[in-house]
Amino acid sequence: MTSPATAEPVSTEPVSTTSRHSLTVDIHGMGRAFSGRTVLRDVDLSMSPGEVVAILGASGCGKSTLLRAVGGLDTGYSGKILIGGTPAQAYDERTAVGFQEPRLLPWRSVRKNIALGLPRSLPAAAGADRIDELLELVGLTERASLRPREISGGMAQRTALARALARRPGVLLLDEPFGALDALTRLKMQDLLLDVHAQTGTTVLLVTHDVDEALQLADRILLLGPDDAGPGATTARLLEVPGERPRDRASAELAALRGDLFSGLGVDSHTH
Amino acid sequence: MSSVNTSSSTSSTREQSPAEPADAALPAEPTAPADTAPPAAETQPDQAVQPAGPTPDAAEPRRAGSKDDGTAPAAAEEDQLRSARSPRRSRVPGSAIAVGAIVPVLLLVLWWLVTDVLGLFTSVQLPAPQAVLSAGVDLAADGQLYQHIAISVQRVLLGFGIGAILGLALGALLGLSRIADRLLLPTVGALRAVPSLAWVPLLIMWMSIYEDSKVTLIAIGAFFPVFTSVHAALRHVDPQLVEAGRSFGFHGFRLFRTVQLPAVVPSVFSGLRLGLAQAWLFLVAAELIASSMGLGFLLTDSQDNGRTDRLLLAILLLAIAGKLTDALLGVLERRALTRWA
Repeated sequence: MTSPATAEPVSTEPVSTTSRHSLTVDIHGMGRAFSGRTVLRDVDLSMSPGEVVAILGASGCGKSTLLRAVGGLDTGYSGKILIGGTPAQAYDERTAVGFQEPRLLPWRSVRKNIALGLPRSLPAAAGADRIDELLELVGLTERASLRPREISGGMAQRTALARALARRPGVLLLDEPFGALDALTRLKMQDLLLDVHAQTGTTVLLVTHDVDEALQLADRILLLGPDDAGPGATTARLLEVPGERPRDRASAELAALRGDLFSGLGVDSHTH
Repeated sequence: MSSVNTSSSTSSTREQSPAEPADAALPAEPTAPADTAPPAAETQPDQAVQPAGPTPDAAEPRRAGSKDDGTAPAAAEEDQLRSARSPRRSRVPGSAIAVGAIVPVLLLVLWWLVTDVLGLFTSVQLPAPQAVLSAGVDLAADGQLYQHIAISVQRVLLGFGIGAILGLALGALLGLSRIADRLLLPTVGALRAVPSLAWVPLLIMWMSIYEDSKVTLIAIGAFFPVFTSVHAALRHVDPQLVEAGRSFGFHGFRLFRTVQLPAVVPSVFSGLRLGLAQAWLFLVAAELIASSMGLGFLLTDSQDNGRTDRLLLAILLLAIAGKLTDALLGVLERRALTRWA
């Protein structure tokens, strides 16, 4: 296991935060237009339980739009999205979203922010136990009583991650969760996410604009981009990332794939 | 305390700033002072009745702490921040009272010097402090003073209560519902544009000059600041937080109770305090125009009879009553912040 993002060691034995049900995600012919302007069309993706898929694409190409549709934050799309074989609901409780911003309630402590993510049906005592486990998992046990403004950006994102995990989502949806963090913190957060994934086994759909992040974290990468068939973005590439995680960030195989992805994003890889 | 503009910038400023005072405008506040600080902390000058602008743009100004809060060093640091930025919420009542009393005591001494000692003014121009005091004692002796105060307080409380409740209700309705906002805001905005005193002749024609018209005028005065701040605060609750709440299964009243209400509590109290100040303003206006009792009547009656001592007494009583009721709201505000925010 990679080094955890925190000072104290992350528990390596399985904790009860483990998802009992990592779920499939099936996206069929998904499209989305905003006031007549097509952003996405004909997106297809099938994820097996426990798989990690990264959505890559240029800014504004609809990565977040796709993620929000899967999480039921947006229902105005066309096509079909199935979670575990049944259609995605509005604010689907089988999924949990980690946003680009931590979006913590500033007047609540770290612990109480995580509690927001607990399922309502959970008894209070069981909820408290689960929060303890999650705090341990993301290494924030010592900071549980602090307010969001008293912790760093990385800690805030770890809190948001714990909050998203609190309901034991079958599918974890992450919208550039580390995009606003500094480079070093981002690498640590990537390792933490791998730890979390190893322990919970949840299916992860991750939006990122960072090619290296996608290569480091994902089983497969869905590259969104324009094609000649129509307006908006669609599936440009869907490729497997070779190698077991954690991957060597400097491997030659990944370097080739990186060049490939950069050219898919319209960036001349020779300049990198 | 000025309204702090943190509504939209919190998420971005927070990113790179580990526990440093980027958000110093939101000092934390451990629970203890909320209950122990007496209203006397309110007596600091310049904190009178305007806690924030009439349309506070801060969706999440300062917060009260809760019982599980804080490590010792952080708390100490915040103490400094708090006393620097937000003296009204300071936890040092003793020294706060002492410092706040300096100017009033100096003014009193000066007043006594120029009247009683130096005799620069006639008693009609400016009576001595003890003359004002004895005027108060005289009025109190035959029960008049009590009557004036009681009727004025009653009018303010009734009018403010009605205006504040309507302001809270309508502000919440228009702040939470887009449809209600589009339907009603132009009308409310137009009514708000009418200077409230312009209603006086109409109110007197409709309700005669007795209590109803006075209470109604005060209610109108109290309504608009409360409505405006509640409405604006709810409109400015960070939509990202609301969406995050929804994504975790909160909706309807639970969403309101969890996200929107705590976010607007400080602004709501700013509005209530502005509304209360307006209520006292319109009380005096109403009583100056037509009344036979009350502190405003005491003002005009004293003017007519050349009783400057009673006139000053009425002004002092208005200052004290306004300050006390405002302090009462301050106590409620702290209660609300510890409970909800």
